[in-house]
Amino acid sequence: MGFEKFLFYLFAAILVFAALRVITVRNPVHAALFLVLAFFNSAVLWLLLEAEFLAIVLVLVYVGAVMVLFLFVVMMLDVNVAPMREGFIRYLPVGIVVGLIMVLEMGLVVGSDFFDANHFASVTPHPADFSDTKELGGLLYTQYVLPFELAAVILLVAIVAAISLTLRRRPGTKHQTPAKQVLVRSRDRVRLVQVDSEEKQ
Amino acid sequence: MITLADYLVLSAILFCLSVAGIFINRKNVLILLMSIELMLLAVNFNFIAFARYLDDTAGEVFVFFVLTVAAAEAAIGLAILVVLFRNRGTINVTDLDTMKG
Repeated sequence: MGFEKFLFYLFAAILVFAALRVITVRNPVHAALFLVLAFFNSAVLWLLLEAEFLAIVLVLVYVGAVMVLFLFVVMMLDVNVAPMREGFIRYLPVGIVVGLIMVLEMGLVVGSDFFDANHFASVTPHPADFSDTKELGGLLYTQYVLPFELAAVILLVAIVAAISLTLRRRPGTKHQTPAKQVLVRSRDRVRLVQVDSEEKQ
Repeated sequence: MITLADYLVLSAILFCLSVAGIFINRKNVLILLMSIELMLLAVNFNFIAFARYLDDTAGEVFVFFVLTVAAAEAAIGLAILVVLFRNRGTINVTDLDTMKG
């Protein structure tokens, strides 16, 4: 067993453990933190697959943005977790059975001789000056440029949707109306009054 | 040497864990969303493993798109959750039966 294989098994074990904790832990904050652990280990495994750019993107975008958003919402909502755990024991057998069946089925498919070392022989490592980012960018900005722009539009729609969903005007708060402020003329506000000077007594 | 089957089995385990998570956490929308994220991660694993072992970078491009869509999905899902909590005071799935006939 080479060092790479050892690394793979180590991080895969941590990944599976973290995923298991995500679905079984009681507190949603802990679940989110275990999900962060799972993403980190996935990033390491993606590095083993020499997908450096995506590994970094996973850490930056997922751990840095999406999971922070998750944690933010989880802590903001102040959820009472007790009633949400009611069905846990009841649904546990179903979950275990479905999960095991799927693992067995996928294991039978994946473990068949189609995917073994004979068909997909061990890959040759890329040379030291190989750039995954360059490769990915070359493909993304030429062949996949239209899907890339569509992805940008999807992100824009997500921003607009998230903001418009959560934006609200509470009745009690005081707002400024810049349009009306701009339209104000000086004679609406300032009145010049001619005052006669008093006689000195 | 790590074979393709190792990665495929790992992603299968991850996917099944998240499916089981959806089954056993039916009351908690937050954990459901996290399970979906985990599921997408398992799919991304398959994409990257095949991209590496078939030596075709197109798989990594698709992971890029999956990440984009997953981020958008998480943002909108959490926004809906916040609005729901603001209006109903709960995010328990069993309490959300307003549209039930």
